[in-house]
Amino acid sequence: MSFIAILSIFVLACFVGYFVVWSVTPALHTPLMAVTNAISSVIIVGALIAAAASGSASSKWLGLLGVVLASINIFGGFAVTQRMLAMYKKKERPAAVKH
Amino acid sequence: MEHVADNPWVALAYLISGVCFILALRGLSSPESSRRGNRYGMIGMAIAVITTLATHVPTMPVLAVGEVAGYDYAALLQRVDSLAVFEILAALAIGAVIGVVTARRIAMTAMPQLVAAFHSLVGMAAVLVAIAAFLNPVAFGIADIVTPLIGQPFAAIHGVSRIEMILGVAIGAITFSGSVIAFLKLNGNMGGAPIMLPMRHAINLGVALMIVWFSFSFWLTQSPIDFWIVVGLSFAIGFLLIIPIGGADMPVVVSMLNSYSGWAAAAMGFTLHNTAMIITGALVGSSGAILSYIMCRAMNRSFISVIAGGFGAEAGPSGEGAAKIDRPWKRGSAEDAAFLMSQAEQVIIVPGYGMAVAQAQHALREMGDKLKEYGVRVKYAIHPVAGRMPGHMNVLLAEANVPYDEVFELEDINSEFSQTDVAFVIGANDVTNPAAKTDKTSPIYGMPVLDVEKAKTVLFIKRSMGGVGYAGVDNEVFYRDNTMMLLADAKKMVEEIVKSLD
Repeated sequence: MSFIAILSIFVLACFVGYFVVWSVTPALHTPLMAVTNAISSVIIVGALIAAAASGSASSKWLGLLGVVLASINIFGGFAVTQRMLAMYKKKERPAAVKH
Repeated sequence: MEHVADNPWVALAYLISGVCFILALRGLSSPESSRRGNRYGMIGMAIAVITTLATHVPTMPVLAVGEVAGYDYAALLQRVDSLAVFEILAALAIGAVIGVVTARRIAMTAMPQLVAAFHSLVGMAAVLVAIAAFLNPVAFGIADIVTPLIGQPFAAIHGVSRIEMILGVAIGAITFSGSVIAFLKLNGNMGGAPIMLPMRHAINLGVALMIVWFSFSFWLTQSPIDFWIVVGLSFAIGFLLIIPIGGADMPVVVSMLNSYSGWAAAAMGFTLHNTAMIITGALVGSSGAILSYIMCRAMNRSFISVIAGGFGAEAGPSGEGAAKIDRPWKRGSAEDAAFLMSQAEQVIIVPGYGMAVAQAQHALREMGDKLKEYGVRVKYAIHPVAGRMPGHMNVLLAEANVPYDEVFELEDINSEFSQTDVAFVIGANDVTNPAAKTDKTSPIYGMPVLDVEKAKTVLFIKRSMGGVGYAGVDNEVFYRDNTMMLLADAKKMVEEIVKSLD
């Protein structure tokens, strides 16, 4: 892929991000931060490549450490987001109230 | 070596993963769709990780000796390095256990610290990946082996990749050290007050210029010394940037660091030609930037003035901002408050950081339930900067089972105070200060505030009359005829009100 092709994806994704994030309801801004944190750990891709590559032992161990850190973030980030989102409930409708 | 991501099927997998991440954020437009959105995020991540694992299987050369059709042969074959595979899977598993256990155990009130800690991990992971790529560029497909006329062959990293790599390592390092400081401040290991170094602007500018200079030099020469200097200076500037910023400006800082972690991922995505990383980086980067902007607007402060730091430095019991004349004010008891609210038609509750500190959200919801039994309409009004991170109050109320359709944002509810019988302020201060609307000399002038003083009665929970809010300004609301001060710990006071309502 040429640099320009990658740059195009990046610029367009910035616009997508802009519109998508403005449509996030303010009540969910904390889950938004938690989930963006989880997905930015996609950097684990780089760490996995480094950990799997032969040729440099130090590069490999840095990669493995990177895998651990990013993995904490991925699992922790998604789990904590799920926990928060599960708490957002609507008002119980009158029908649901016991008389 | 070609980029593996240039294989169309692999590239397609990363693209799908990127699209899943967009859908994950899109889901957050409403609580109903948000859970599905989170699942999209997990699917996207699983696709990215599995694709990478499948296309980057660690191998090792094995000498194979045998006999085929009467000929002896010896050849170097590539075998799967099962020890390395095991190490990678173990690293993933260790992270998974730590992550899930932390996510399960963390108290909701500690969410700002947790997010700051997670940001620091992304930053550090970016730094590690960039260093790994620098040490072994051929494995990342970003270098050519060059044999010079004199000396050993070496891996010459492509010029563009050098820029992307140095950007990634610098932003990652700033994210890491900045987030560590934010974590220490939010977690209370470090005072929330701004720490002001003399000449800090000059120092920061100097360090920033040095980073630019050594990055430029790295681009020209690929010199390891330049690379390590940039790493060190970036760690230093992340630290220097965050220490002068006070506790209540943390919503901006946390969002800003969120943004940085995205840009770091994007820079590494450029290095690796990886669509998933680039899309994610752009999404997270813009998300953090927009949140910072929303927080700044809610404080009527420019981003620059927040980053410059020092706001609220004078706040404190002995500071000059706290000096004030003795003015008459009314003190009420829990019974008074309970009586007033039980007679009301509508009560609007205004929570702030003090509610989080006192962990009063559950007691508050109980109070709301009791009031509803009296036929009172209960609503919650949230200022965008209430608490220590965007949406902090909403999460705490949700934790206490407050239905989200009773919780309103500032613009949606502000006009209702004039038709409200009781405004119940718990742990908020500056965001209710009418001086922001009238007093041009006030440091918070122009900041949008909740018009609590327009309610028939204001009940204001505060620990004592001594302290002032974060901005170090006195609040006119305390001394108004329609205000009743409830001086106590927020949680205890609410519990007493609940008892009185029985």
